[in-house]
Amino acid sequence: MNQILVLIEHRRNQIRDVSYEMISTARTLADKIQAEVAAVLLGDDLNNFIPQISGKVNKLLLVEDKRLENYNSVYYQKVLSNIINERKPVLTFIGHTAIGIEIAPALAYQLDIPLASNCATLDYSDDGFIAHKRTYGDKIDTELGFKPGQIFMATLQQGAKIDESQPALTAEVIKVAMPALEEIEYRKFIEYIEEAAGEVDITQADIIVSVGRGIKDEKNIGIVQELANAMGGALACSRPVVDKRWLPKERQVGTSGKTVKPRLYLAVGISGSFQHCAGMKGSSTIIAINKDPNAPIFEIAQYGIVDDLFKVVPKLTEKVKEFKLVRN
Amino acid sequence: MNIIVCVKHVPQVEEEELIINQAGVDIEKEDLVFDINEWDYYAVEEAIRIKEKYGGKITVITVGEEKSRDTLRKALAMGADEAILAQDERLSGSDVFVTARILHQALKNIPYDIILTGAQASDDASAAVGVTLAEMFGIPYGALVNKIDIEPDNKTVKIKRELEGNLNEVLDIKLPALFTIQTGINEPRYVSVAGIRNVKTRPIKQLSLEDLFSKEEAALPCSKLIIKKMSLPKVGAKAQILEGTPEKKAEELVAVLKEKGGIL
Repeated sequence: MNQILVLIEHRRNQIRDVSYEMISTARTLADKIQAEVAAVLLGDDLNNFIPQISGKVNKLLLVEDKRLENYNSVYYQKVLSNIINERKPVLTFIGHTAIGIEIAPALAYQLDIPLASNCATLDYSDDGFIAHKRTYGDKIDTELGFKPGQIFMATLQQGAKIDESQPALTAEVIKVAMPALEEIEYRKFIEYIEEAAGEVDITQADIIVSVGRGIKDEKNIGIVQELANAMGGALACSRPVVDKRWLPKERQVGTSGKTVKPRLYLAVGISGSFQHCAGMKGSSTIIAINKDPNAPIFEIAQYGIVDDLFKVVPKLTEKVKEFKLVRN
Repeated sequence: MNIIVCVKHVPQVEEEELIINQAGVDIEKEDLVFDINEWDYYAVEEAIRIKEKYGGKITVITVGEEKSRDTLRKALAMGADEAILAQDERLSGSDVFVTARILHQALKNIPYDIILTGAQASDDASAAVGVTLAEMFGIPYGALVNKIDIEPDNKTVKIKRELEGNLNEVLDIKLPALFTIQTGINEPRYVSVAGIRNVKTRPIKQLSLEDLFSKEEAALPCSKLIIKKMSLPKVGAKAQILEGTPEKKAEELVAVLKEKGGIL
């Protein structure tokens, strides 16, 4: 039977959400092509993970070895290339994560199969598989296709939807032996380092005003800070603002920063890349101010203002202050 | 330390309203401004910082159209020593595999200790050329690197790699190696118009497919992915857009803030 293989991702004794997102997408596809879903888990002690996955897939492959304790691209590649070569899955699913960004291209090249990278979702029609991804700064929907019958690999963006209605399964658990390997000397895991906590914990804020690249210059941050102060909210930002050192890392919302779920999230001059939205889409109300009507942020916001933030934000601050004066 | 940096000349789309081309498989690029891919800008800066400390030579290379020379000149103005442009009409629309194959072929005879690429390109958002190239060379790699420290033995590099959720991992990697650079690793130097003008006469080595592949060599590499369609997402379908003058918009937004508990 045809198989879709999913690499389960875990770190520090936790299965990462992207694993469940991949399983769900894989199951939807498997139903369409009469395939089964096989998950593969690599680690040094996998017992705790088995019950979390075994009810969601048809097969669960386990590879246990001391050398797989922490992710190392070299060991992962050797183990996975053996499994793919042996089982020939029509599709191998890997997360578009710090792990997948390394091993997916390496495996695809080694196995000589196409890689659809950074996919939002995958679909199947009479023409075969279609991979949907965003390109050109997340502003363009792009559909990728494959030659008929071609086995391939795809990396899935973090934050894809999970279909909660999928029925429970009972996985056949299969232990796979670690291939014979010499000790790897050229790549060694040393440690994990967490970013400094900083002074402000934006994950605790009820109201967040977040500033992005549209603010143009460090000296302009003040106008957004002033709005945040007036609203009684915390100031956060998107990645480019941290990259430019305008605000510290602890303020960054997104996949590589913090995930926030405030009562209200006001995005100012943020285009709304997928990696940013993944960190704030759980907010109760999302509002965006951006001068580009096609900015992806408006796909996720409930309210929007299409205008120059430098015209709107000072007015908004003024009106919030007026309201508070009257109220008090 | 000899360093190779692979760069890409990409359209700047942040504030542009994009249009799909007639064939429906790419955007119209005629009116767009192009510049060095943001991640690559950080990669070039990182190479220069390593060179300033350890000496050596920096070679920048791109696979792209004639206008990609602008990005190579920018890298030269920043401090790169040599530049290579692999240019051929047949390479337009190349996928990750073909791009990496061309880079590999063009770089085969250039000595290096470190190869740097940006962690991804903003246009195709694949984040895969760097690692593919490392596999072709058969060298170790690290992706999403936000810190590079060369150890005293000059043979090992301690890198920090950005994971998710405010976490990083530290690795020891033996040289020669390839690293894909994450934005924010450094603060890239500003390049002035005068700086670019100063390097205008510096040679850029141009390579065609005929220069890269001899007749005996296997057929030219072929893309494995097929771009079937590009389209504009349906934007704004969800957001209720507030209209009027900036004053009016601000007024209406305050009403929304009041209703949604957005003012403490």
